[in-house]
Amino acid sequence: MNTKELYQEIILEHGKNPRNLRKTDNFNKDAKGHNPLCGDNVHVYIKLNEKKKVEDISFEGSGCAISMASASIMTSLVKGKEENEIKEIINDFLGMIKINPELKSKNLNDDEKTKLMCLSGVKQYPMRVKCATLSWHTLISAIDNKKEEINTEKFD
Amino acid sequence: MNILNIKKEFPIFNNKVNNNDLVYLDSANSSQKPQSVIDRVNDFYSKEFSNIGRSVHYLAVAATNLYENTRLSVQKYINAKDKNEIVFTKGATEAINLVANTFGQKFLKEGDEILITELEHHSNYVPWHFLRKSKGIKVEFAEVNADGEVSIESIKKKITSKTKLIAITHLSNVTGAILPIKEITELAHSKNILVLVDGCQGAPHLKLDMQDLDCDFYAISCHKMYGPTGLGILYAKKKWLEELPPYQGGGGMIKEVKKDGISYGDLPNKYEAGTMATAQVIAFDQSIKFLEKIGINNIINHEHELMEYGKEILKKNNSVKLVGNPKKRGAVLSFTIEGIHPHDIATILDEDGVAIRAGHHCCQILHEKLGITATARASLGIYNTKEDFDKLNSSINKCKKIFNLK
Repeated sequence: MNTKELYQEIILEHGKNPRNLRKTDNFNKDAKGHNPLCGDNVHVYIKLNEKKKVEDISFEGSGCAISMASASIMTSLVKGKEENEIKEIINDFLGMIKINPELKSKNLNDDEKTKLMCLSGVKQYPMRVKCATLSWHTLISAIDNKKEEINTEKFD
Repeated sequence: MNILNIKKEFPIFNNKVNNNDLVYLDSANSSQKPQSVIDRVNDFYSKEFSNIGRSVHYLAVAATNLYENTRLSVQKYINAKDKNEIVFTKGATEAINLVANTFGQKFLKEGDEILITELEHHSNYVPWHFLRKSKGIKVEFAEVNADGEVSIESIKKKITSKTKLIAITHLSNVTGAILPIKEITELAHSKNILVLVDGCQGAPHLKLDMQDLDCDFYAISCHKMYGPTGLGILYAKKKWLEELPPYQGGGGMIKEVKKDGISYGDLPNKYEAGTMATAQVIAFDQSIKFLEKIGINNIINHEHELMEYGKEILKKNNSVKLVGNPKKRGAVLSFTIEGIHPHDIATILDEDGVAIRAGHHCCQILHEKLGITATARASLGIYNTKEDFDKLNSSINKCKKIFNLK
């Protein structure tokens, strides 16, 4: 693993042109996340319909290529999915980014899995794992209506 | 002076990092340690260890003498008037907290103002912030200019009849600006205001003369001065150490303890409660010897020449933007690259064995002012060479290549 492999084209592309980098109109859930080590911030907004399906998701914030790409890919993947499906995807992603060799989620198709696996190189760079997970922890917090800001120092 | 010979005294450079020679450009964070300092810790624990100041046996007396000997060396190195003006602490952070706590307790009341600057490290802001909460004091910020300096004028602007103390860095750990401490002290004292200097970055790189600077307090971080971790120094004018209350209570800092009253020990014991970082203090004497052997003027000249070289190289590299352009710059050079976040830069540089720091460097106020969340920072020590800047530059070019920048 070298940094050329870590910074794959898809990460650079999403990092440079993040999808859903805006604020959702009429969002009904949101949460903030913060990485005190580097000062990076993220704010995730979701709009759920009556069936608990994500009609829209967006984020605001700034950060490194890995954190921006991760938030960008995350928001593209969960749009249109249901809350409980999303939680399962998040768990699967967090497991993969730390130890699991692959994604197992039934709620992701092969194409989506391939996209997410582009972030898997981060596990070789322990100091950077939090960059990749910040937006995902923040999304859980938004879904669960937690008021407290997410702080990456509170996770393993 | 042969830098390569000096570098050989640092065993860390015998190791490879990611199969590359180490290019250590993170000395503002913490400096590497020469063999003499490392050996001194080992020797003290192996052959001479005892706690100090308590027992009458041979080892205790010898260790106490060694410990006190470092105090004398520090006194001489920073040209303090009296050896009792040197207080050992666990770090510069504790030194500043000691002053904020004791000075705040004795002399500050609601509405009083502490003047700091937008350049300050969190450790020279948060301790004063505590006094906002506990005492209702105000913390004011002297503004930083576009070059990343704080001028004497911007300090003047923020001084009011309520200002009681100015707490200010000697050398910014982000912009590298060296502040005119002597002028600031003269100005402050003419208005009966005390001055505390955060000397974390100043002490390893500048000539220290407490009697000339005339500041009331000067905080030093020993691990940035080629010394051990867990050790700092508070220099304070004797009259303040005599007048201020003790900081922490415990063994060693008392004169007499009765059920109905306690009297405190004389200086320097009054501020050194509990078992101190004995081995570190004793080893720090070797750090002072190391610095004295090279000579501060040689250190200043070497680092200045290197910094001019580094500045030119990075200025020529398009897409690199230097942070701050101070007229007097110390051993710190922060930069950004348009289109690459500093953390991504640091990860890619690390692969080549180039160690820099990325982030806000504990200066969020300054970064907010500059309108950026993070910077990349290369900082120097005596062991750095022009080749290190060449390697930094070629690794920066690799970052640009990976990120498809020109």
